[in-house]
Amino acid sequence: MANTDTFVPLPSRPPPRATSGFLGWLRGNLFSTWYNALITLLLVWFLVELIVPIVRWVVVDATLFSALGTDDPAAVCRQNDGACWAFIAEWWRFILFGRYPYVEQWRPALAVAITIGLWVISCDRRFWNKRLMYFWLVGVPVVYILMSGGILGLTEVPTVNWGGLPLTIGLSTVGLTVAFPLGIFLALGRRSKMPVIRILSIAYIELIRGVPLITVLFMSSLMLPMFLPTGVTIDVLLRAQIGIILFAAAYLAEVVRGGLQAVPRGQFEAADSLGLTYWQKTGLIVLPQALRISIPPLVNTFIGFFKDTSLVSIISLLDLVGAAKQALTNPSWRGFYQESYLFIALIFFIFCFSMSKYSQWLEKHVNTGTRR
Amino acid sequence: MAQADTSAPAQEAHGLLYDPRARAVFYQVLTLAIVVGIGWYLIHNTLANLAQQNIASGFGFLDREAGFAISESLIPYDASDTYGRAILVGLLNTLVVAALGILFATLIGTVVGISRLSSNWLVAKLASVYVESVRNVPLLLQLFVWYSIITVSLPHPREEMTVGLDIYLTNRGIYVPVPLADPVWPLVGLALLVGIVLAFVIRRWAKRIQETTGKIKPVLWYSLAVIFGCPLLVWLAGGAPIGMDVPVREGFNFQGGIVRTPEFTALLAGLSFYTGGFIAEIVRSGILAVPRGQTEAARSVGLKPGRVLQLVVLPQALRIIIPPTTSQYLNLTKNSSLAVAIGYPDLVSVGNTTLNQTGQAIEAILIYMTVYLTISLLISLFMNWYNRHIALVER
Repeated sequence: MANTDTFVPLPSRPPPRATSGFLGWLRGNLFSTWYNALITLLLVWFLVELIVPIVRWVVVDATLFSALGTDDPAAVCRQNDGACWAFIAEWWRFILFGRYPYVEQWRPALAVAITIGLWVISCDRRFWNKRLMYFWLVGVPVVYILMSGGILGLTEVPTVNWGGLPLTIGLSTVGLTVAFPLGIFLALGRRSKMPVIRILSIAYIELIRGVPLITVLFMSSLMLPMFLPTGVTIDVLLRAQIGIILFAAAYLAEVVRGGLQAVPRGQFEAADSLGLTYWQKTGLIVLPQALRISIPPLVNTFIGFFKDTSLVSIISLLDLVGAAKQALTNPSWRGFYQESYLFIALIFFIFCFSMSKYSQWLEKHVNTGTRR
Repeated sequence: MAQADTSAPAQEAHGLLYDPRARAVFYQVLTLAIVVGIGWYLIHNTLANLAQQNIASGFGFLDREAGFAISESLIPYDASDTYGRAILVGLLNTLVVAALGILFATLIGTVVGISRLSSNWLVAKLASVYVESVRNVPLLLQLFVWYSIITVSLPHPREEMTVGLDIYLTNRGIYVPVPLADPVWPLVGLALLVGIVLAFVIRRWAKRIQETTGKIKPVLWYSLAVIFGCPLLVWLAGGAPIGMDVPVREGFNFQGGIVRTPEFTALLAGLSFYTGGFIAEIVRSGILAVPRGQTEAARSVGLKPGRVLQLVVLPQALRIIIPPTTSQYLNLTKNSSLAVAIGYPDLVSVGNTTLNQTGQAIEAILIYMTVYLTISLLISLFMNWYNRHIALVER
């Protein structure tokens, strides 16, 4: 009997060499079957064929920043086969800030930093309260004063000289924040019981969503001046901004409508039975729940609009894409397309990728209480 | 009682103010008045501005001579044709690039979406890298990249690059050989249609056999046989013409074959790869949304893997995939208007040239809106029909 108490199992044997460790990982993930092995080998061959020339272009054969010390850096670049990073070194400030006066470029840089800072704290759930509103109420005027100047000893810079990253960030930020309340009203209108208001809202939303952004931008840049009384002119940047706002409002309305539809019917009925008026019901019961549900799709909409602001370069504003194209028209630097496109693609990627990761995080961590 | 008598009229007035129906009418009249008022104000200003610039409104300009050339067109067009025809050329170009883009984007999206779920680590990772990079960079920038790859990196026609089969890649365009005109070819096309119809008939026949006897026919092989067999037979019966119109270099350019311009190729590639990235995510989430138990249950009742996919997984996944894919198709069609940035003569591009020459801004924008709304409506109708076709039939 004592033997059973002191039972000692044999030490477990290690798994077969071929199923554990690096070799096991290779077997399981890359060479599990004969056709998987074939696909892996083909892809490796393809990657080598693809990556070797790219690495040669980006690093080995590239002309680095040192070429700037020479008399004609563009000519040095043309002698080499690889990328011309001297182009970026020469033009990065133009691409980032457009035609903003060179010595004043600390101002758009600071404005961009403040705006990004505002967005970053807006992403933090600890700031989702009244405090956030005060930050924005202080931040936005500061950014505007930094950009336009004219007071506090800052030189005035007209909007035609604004460009690059501040324009991309500014157009999307202002566009979405102004379009958001409009979108809420349109979404409420679309669900209204009053036929005239419902039909007008549906007509607006579907008309705008049915046409490409570029036609709305053309319309705002060409037709806004016609809509106004003769002699009244309106700033080009403002026209593009109005176009983006009108366009975004329709898309945001659909996002908000999705949130409104997800609010259970019982909530509406409970509010009605308490005798709340329409606006009390909407403001106190429905919207707080609906907007919470729409936060993740709102972030996705924002990513879309952040990318779509690049379309303003077609109506000749110098946003990131417009400034990069403008830099390429310089006679001595013509032809370094891939370098400049890669540079701004990287900037867009960093912004959009981090926002999409944030939105994935939100989908996991927000609204967990109401999820079924 | 006397008290009630005196208060009755007051309550009536009170009642009108607090009557929800009366209020609703008031709000709606007010809204309509504001909208009409703003509309009237804008139209009034526009008419005044137009009168000042001596621009006649209306669509009369469509019959006037356009006077500009269009680089590629499906129908015969030259500069002496009317604005109306120029816009028609642009519309056809939009339709072509959108239709091909939808086809390629669906193919790319399906392959990449399934690849992201592959058990092969390298395949899954490469697919993720592709999806993340195309989704997070603006389409406009991607179009510029494609355009610069084609016009800058591809060789001049003098030192053309070939991928075999007499297909030549040059920075002036991509040259592809086409079969020489022969009376047999239209018949071959007809035979292909007949083959597709026959394939449907075979499918129904196989289904009936299976329902009555339980025997499963290899429908896929039969269908492929009739779809490709019918045209092949007609081609052989017609004397098997093999003459090809091969592109040949003449001077500094190629003659013969068909040519796809760099603008068209860049736009098609950009739209397909960009939208393909979005469709890939939709396909992936659609497949993931089918519970694992469904696959396991299907396997445990003895279905083969192919039948599991065909009968259990795909019907459920498609229901989730179709609606968001529809909006991607609509996005692709609308995004084809970015053609104006790289100079492909689509509707917006031609329309803008017209607009700049005639000053008919309102009419041009009205044409854009009508066309895009019609296309959107048609795609939605078709996809809604397809969605209903595959939707879950509940009690």
